[in-house]
Amino acid sequence: MLFELDTVTMSRDGREVLRDLSASLPEGASCVAGPSGCGKSSLLRLLNRLADPEGGTVTYRGRDVREPDVLELRREVCLVPQLPALLDDTVAGNVRYAAGLAGRDPDVTRLLDLAGLDASYADRDASKLSVGEQQRAMLARALALEPDVLLLDEPTAALDGESRGAVEATLLHLRERVEVSLVLVTHDLEQARRMSDWVLRLDRGRAVAQGPARELLRA
Amino acid sequence: MTAGIDISLEQVVAALALVAVAVGVSLWRRAGLEEEIGIAVVRSFIQLTAIGFVIQIIFDEGTLTLVVALIAVMVTFGAFTARHRARKVPGAFWPLFAALGIAATTTLGLVVALGVFEPEPRFLVPVGGMVVGNSMTASAVALSRLGDEVHSSARQIEATLALGATSTQASAPIVRRSLRSGMIALVDSTKTTGLIFFPGTMVGMLLAGADPEDAVRLQLILLYTLLGSVALAGLISITLAYRNFFSPAHQLREPPQP
Repeated sequence: MLFELDTVTMSRDGREVLRDLSASLPEGASCVAGPSGCGKSSLLRLLNRLADPEGGTVTYRGRDVREPDVLELRREVCLVPQLPALLDDTVAGNVRYAAGLAGRDPDVTRLLDLAGLDASYADRDASKLSVGEQQRAMLARALALEPDVLLLDEPTAALDGESRGAVEATLLHLRERVEVSLVLVTHDLEQARRMSDWVLRLDRGRAVAQGPARELLRA
Repeated sequence: MTAGIDISLEQVVAALALVAVAVGVSLWRRAGLEEEIGIAVVRSFIQLTAIGFVIQIIFDEGTLTLVVALIAVMVTFGAFTARHRARKVPGAFWPLFAALGIAATTTLGLVVALGVFEPEPRFLVPVGGMVVGNSMTASAVALSRLGDEVHSSARQIEATLALGATSTQASAPIVRRSLRSGMIALVDSTKTTGLIFFPGTMVGMLLAGADPEDAVRLQLILLYTLLGSVALAGLISITLAYRNFFSPAHQLREPPQP
């Protein structure tokens, strides 16, 4: 199993957002799906220790996530947040910054291509891109770490229909070209069906169903 | 370089006429500051009179122990005062206390070691007071900015942490901006000194009958000394305080709102 959560409890601002949650996410592409406020983004943040649970354990490939060095864990299990938050720099500057954290020398053009951006974006000011383009730049930046796992928090929530389709195509295409597991958070069950092999459905901080997407979410 | 001047209490009372102007303006334009002005006048009179007595005692005694004690008291009160202005920074008191204490001792130690001033209370007390006061203002501004920046840039900080950056790396841009905002006021006023305003020490010395050349030289020494101390205080307070926003596992203690 890629991730296993065992009786995980977590609060935020005095409100319990995850309650005795036990769930598994296998290698490949998984979706954590549920209505807004059900705790899915909080769950994602536990997987690379941007937060720690108050109770229970989270394991990554059989090992408690607290065992490895937290910085190494985050470079291996990289999270792309829901809203783009790039550094005040060019797109290439952002990609190089991330690669530098992992001590890598990035092939910026290839990384942009993987994220669905052509080479002309490299020298553009990241703050002047559209939200969809920034989201792709965030993806390119995360890929610069050459992660084993990408955690994607509602990667299309801020996008219109056309851009959403394009980002989905990029992610599906990405898995064909790079060996990487995806954990994608979404409130859209249709998207979960299109994008993943495995689905974990949450409601009010609890796991209400989990299993292969084709069984759980029949069209 | 010294000059004598006698100021009577009547002269001080006469200056209150200008306070009446301030109260008049506030009343006329309904600024609602009359009470604040009243408190400010009474407090400044009591505090300055009291510190005047304390300084007199220290000058009469002539021992450095009392100088150290006075500066320690100023550092402590300075840290308390600045902490109020840096409310968004958790545990701001100790970073401020360390910043003011180290800035004061380093700066005074250096000016004595370099032979700028002699190690006597009549030099160390006023210079120490200016160093602590300016360091307090700069640190308070820097930490206040730091608190605002961490909250407004929380998403960017967390997105950087999510790539495996340390908390130091993730907060580097805001640390830079906060340090700059703490120092910029003094840098700007140093640039415009003599053109747009006359700084206090120079004014005081001229009023006391000193030679303008002496007044200018002393003022320059103090401006340069203050630049050093303000930079030190800003650097130390921010370096110690930004860590309080993060857990040892490089997590933001107050993550961005979803």
